[in-house]
Amino acid sequence: MHGSFLSHRGGFWFWVALVLVLSSVLAYVWHEPLGQPNGGTWLGYTLGTVAALLIVWLTFFGVRKRAYYSRLGTVKGWLSAHVYLGGSLLVLGTLHSGFQFGLNIHTLAWLLMVLVIVSGFYGVWVYWRYPERITRNRDGMTRQLIFREVADIDRKASVIVEGLGSPADRMVISAIQLFSIGGGAWHQLTGRDRSRIMVAASKGSAKRWVQVANPTQQRLLDELTGLLSRSADPQEAALLQELIDLISRKAKLMRQLLADIRLQGLMEVWLYCHIPLTMALLATLMAHIVSVFFYW
Amino acid sequence: MENHFEVVIVGSGPAGLSAAGRAAELDLSHVLLESTSHLANTIQRYQKGKHVMAEPGFLPLRSSLPFDAGSREDILAAWQQNAETLSINVDWQADVVSISGQRGDFTLQTRAGKTIRAANVVLAIGLQGNPRKLGVPGEDQPFVQYQLDDPDEYQNESIMVVGAGDSAIENALALSRNNQVSLINRRDEFARAKEGNLKLLEDAIERGRIKVFFNSSLRQIETLTNGDHLAQVTLTTGEGEVQVPVDRIIARLGAIPPRDFVESCGINFPNDAVNAVPELTHQYESNVPGLYVIGALAGYPLIKQAMNQGYEVIEHILGHDIKPVDNDLLAEKFSGLPFDLDVEQTLELIQNNVLCFGPVNSLRFRELILESEMHTPAEGDVIFSRNDYTNSFYSVVEGSVEVVIDEATGKRVRIGEGHFFGEMGLISGRRRNATVYAGRHCVLVETPRRTMLRLLASADEVRRRIDQVFILRAIHSQFAPNSSLEDLSDLVNSAELRQYAPGEVLFAEGESGDELHLVRRGSLTVSRYLHGREVVLSYVPAGKYVGEMGLLGNTRRTASVRAVVPTETVVMKSGPFLALLDRDPQLKEQVQLQLQARLRANASMEASEEGGELLSFLMRQGLGEATDVLLIDESLCVRCDNCETACASTHGGTSRLNREAGPSYASIHVPTSCRHCEHPHCMKDCPPDAISRNASGEVVIADNCIGCGNCESNCPYGVIQMAQVGGSQPGLWSRVLFGAEHKKIKDKDAPKRAVKCDMCTSLKGGPACVRACPTGAAVRISPEQFIELVQEN
Repeated sequence: MHGSFLSHRGGFWFWVALVLVLSSVLAYVWHEPLGQPNGGTWLGYTLGTVAALLIVWLTFFGVRKRAYYSRLGTVKGWLSAHVYLGGSLLVLGTLHSGFQFGLNIHTLAWLLMVLVIVSGFYGVWVYWRYPERITRNRDGMTRQLIFREVADIDRKASVIVEGLGSPADRMVISAIQLFSIGGGAWHQLTGRDRSRIMVAASKGSAKRWVQVANPTQQRLLDELTGLLSRSADPQEAALLQELIDLISRKAKLMRQLLADIRLQGLMEVWLYCHIPLTMALLATLMAHIVSVFFYW
Repeated sequence: MENHFEVVIVGSGPAGLSAAGRAAELDLSHVLLESTSHLANTIQRYQKGKHVMAEPGFLPLRSSLPFDAGSREDILAAWQQNAETLSINVDWQADVVSISGQRGDFTLQTRAGKTIRAANVVLAIGLQGNPRKLGVPGEDQPFVQYQLDDPDEYQNESIMVVGAGDSAIENALALSRNNQVSLINRRDEFARAKEGNLKLLEDAIERGRIKVFFNSSLRQIETLTNGDHLAQVTLTTGEGEVQVPVDRIIARLGAIPPRDFVESCGINFPNDAVNAVPELTHQYESNVPGLYVIGALAGYPLIKQAMNQGYEVIEHILGHDIKPVDNDLLAEKFSGLPFDLDVEQTLELIQNNVLCFGPVNSLRFRELILESEMHTPAEGDVIFSRNDYTNSFYSVVEGSVEVVIDEATGKRVRIGEGHFFGEMGLISGRRRNATVYAGRHCVLVETPRRTMLRLLASADEVRRRIDQVFILRAIHSQFAPNSSLEDLSDLVNSAELRQYAPGEVLFAEGESGDELHLVRRGSLTVSRYLHGREVVLSYVPAGKYVGEMGLLGNTRRTASVRAVVPTETVVMKSGPFLALLDRDPQLKEQVQLQLQARLRANASMEASEEGGELLSFLMRQGLGEATDVLLIDESLCVRCDNCETACASTHGGTSRLNREAGPSYASIHVPTSCRHCEHPHCMKDCPPDAISRNASGEVVIADNCIGCGNCESNCPYGVIQMAQVGGSQPGLWSRVLFGAEHKKIKDKDAPKRAVKCDMCTSLKGGPACVRACPTGAAVRISPEQFIELVQEN
């Protein structure tokens, strides 16, 4: 039934990768090249060729994932192979270098390869940890349901404030109008709420309205609880209390939504490193191969 | 006499209009009575611009009026124009309230008090029924209407909506945008309304856009001659009488089904089933001589069929010997048969030979054969295989077939001429339980599920005969394949069929009882009270049995058994069953082994309470009637939506699953996606019969879908949507490199059709959603695997 890509077919690709890594290491230890180990020996060429072919094949995962008619295995099987064989590259590529590092295109290719693999490992980690966190945070709600409930709360709140008048009405309505969620990548990943609100500020004897931050409706709640504490009219107090209950619920939903956006963002953001780095790796790899043959 | 006609046609829908057209063409004295002021009211009420299809495609049109697939407007305009050219004599606003007399001397009364006399009457009033009226003086004033076509037509009026159902609420909400609206409810709540509508209504009340009068009814409507409003309504409310000025009253009080009226004309129905149709001859004549019934009321809901009948019924009234339009189709169907008889003779031969079709009336039988397939397989050919998901019904006209009743030994029984087979798949909705081979020289009729179900609903005698054989064969194959049928007669005669509604208890823990239930359709759950709560322990699908412990001696029930969905069981009494066990020690051992396996499974479920909760959760999602369901493990799902993209890409741009929607429990998520029910709700009312089940179990919608939306509203799980199918799929590389998406159809008016999950039947390799899931979160499983899933979690 349900089974992770990591344990696909009893971890078949893990064993394939392990055999690949062990045999490369054994060959490296057994091999006695003339001079120091180098990419130019027969073993170096072999490891380099295998690694280069692997890199090209690994990038094909992006193609297979979108080839919905393909019957060449399942995407899950491909991802399993992608992860384990990709991981084995770390050893293969490094052995291919013979540990000769320097300030050159060859080491740049190796470095990019390492970065791609490390970002991939991070991806595996988030894919392992985050789905459950998202589920827990969602608590049976979907984003659509949350938005619907927020809209519902806004509607109810705007009816209630009609009976309250200033300044509650302006604050509540402005909080609805200046509500903001999501935004750019940074805001999504930090989970910051940029919602704002208009509140009355008194400067000396003059009163004027200013716009201030209202993260997760906290400022509005502060203002409303202030009004309630000063209220002497029981009818007004009842309405304020009802309003506070509604806004508290909205605040809870906002926190849930912000966390959801943040978690979802974190689960996806590594791909924005993994893929461009892969493209850079492919280009550098090409330069590495051409330059090696050119100077040979 | 001016008011005396050769034929009166009641109802100007496709059937009635076509009959009137033919009568006019032949210069027959006629009148077409229409209760509204326009032709074809049902078609008029379709939404604007609706594309109307001309199914069934194989049937030619035979009518004096044209009909072809096209927009509602084009079709209505063509009929209107032809009705004028043919000089059809229409009497508008003629709502017929009674029909009496018989051939040569019928008297019809209209609501307006007019009397019309005729030699023959053609009843073509459809199934919509007449709207229920207000029942107070003034109910027929021009400002009182019983339907709302376009709410935006009215602005700044004071409108009173009467009714407590969804249509009343929806009308009130739509009108409240531009008008002042009051809503009158006879009771103190809107009990019948949908959740969504109630929410919107509460909101509108809160905002003061709609004023609701609860516990109120109309007492009087007075027309005002001066002032700002057209009328004043007096309401009787809980707090006394209230006067409300209005410009318009819209009453949505439901419709009166036409059956009472039809019966009042003297026409007999075979039984009380909701979908029963009147008994008719093959000339569409009812048991009242000279009174004919055609169209939807006669059981023919498609426009083309109805129009053909309209034409034919006039020919029959005139005594013309015309062959039905389907004659050539039947001749073609019969062409491969070894009989050398004409169409009528072949029909007669089949009906005489096949015992269960004996009681069917000839018109219905003709229809049945038209919808069926004739087969002449070679000896040894496989008719269907064990585990196929097909559900058609077979009758043996000539020769015989052989059924493999024991896979292990290959033991077969013969089913000879006049008998039928395939009833198990038809009734249970599950896989075929045996393979059937053709015998020598055999001629078979294969009748589709829908046709059979319609027949069973209208012919009690046919159902009784099939049920009897069903019980016999079910007991034989389940318990005693080695016994002779005679040995089982006591058991079979004492067995009975019982129906249970969803949630109904078959027997409760602690009760005493000694009956065994063999599930023949639907499914059951077995549960026990543990630590003060009810825990579901197992799921029993059709084809399995429960209650055997009671038969084996322990008469105190150790668990409760409850129906999950509408369920039918064959109930067996302990006496004859024990006698059978005594005769067959091997069977006794087998029953004990099954019992032990069940007890062991229950014990392991009791050990994990969460498992029981998960199983109850799955049952609450209606999965007790599923055959194959998509389940997502949320602890593996990375929300990449590749499943949806894969589905959309392989299905014309519309994803048939909504990953995020749907409930979850213990990290198991049930997305909104078709679960291919045993008895698909979507198949219930599909006019062109476009929905079917494949041999491998998928419920699919064929290309002859007319886009009516019935299946969408009949599906309780919301997995069918109406969509424009087509557009173009960008190439693989432009998707990989540039993220190109499916291009939708440009034509906004392109017809919509029903789409749903087809389990990727056309794709080799299985469902695209599952194959495209990178992390292994999505699986498709059958209910038999639920226990395994629960134990895994």
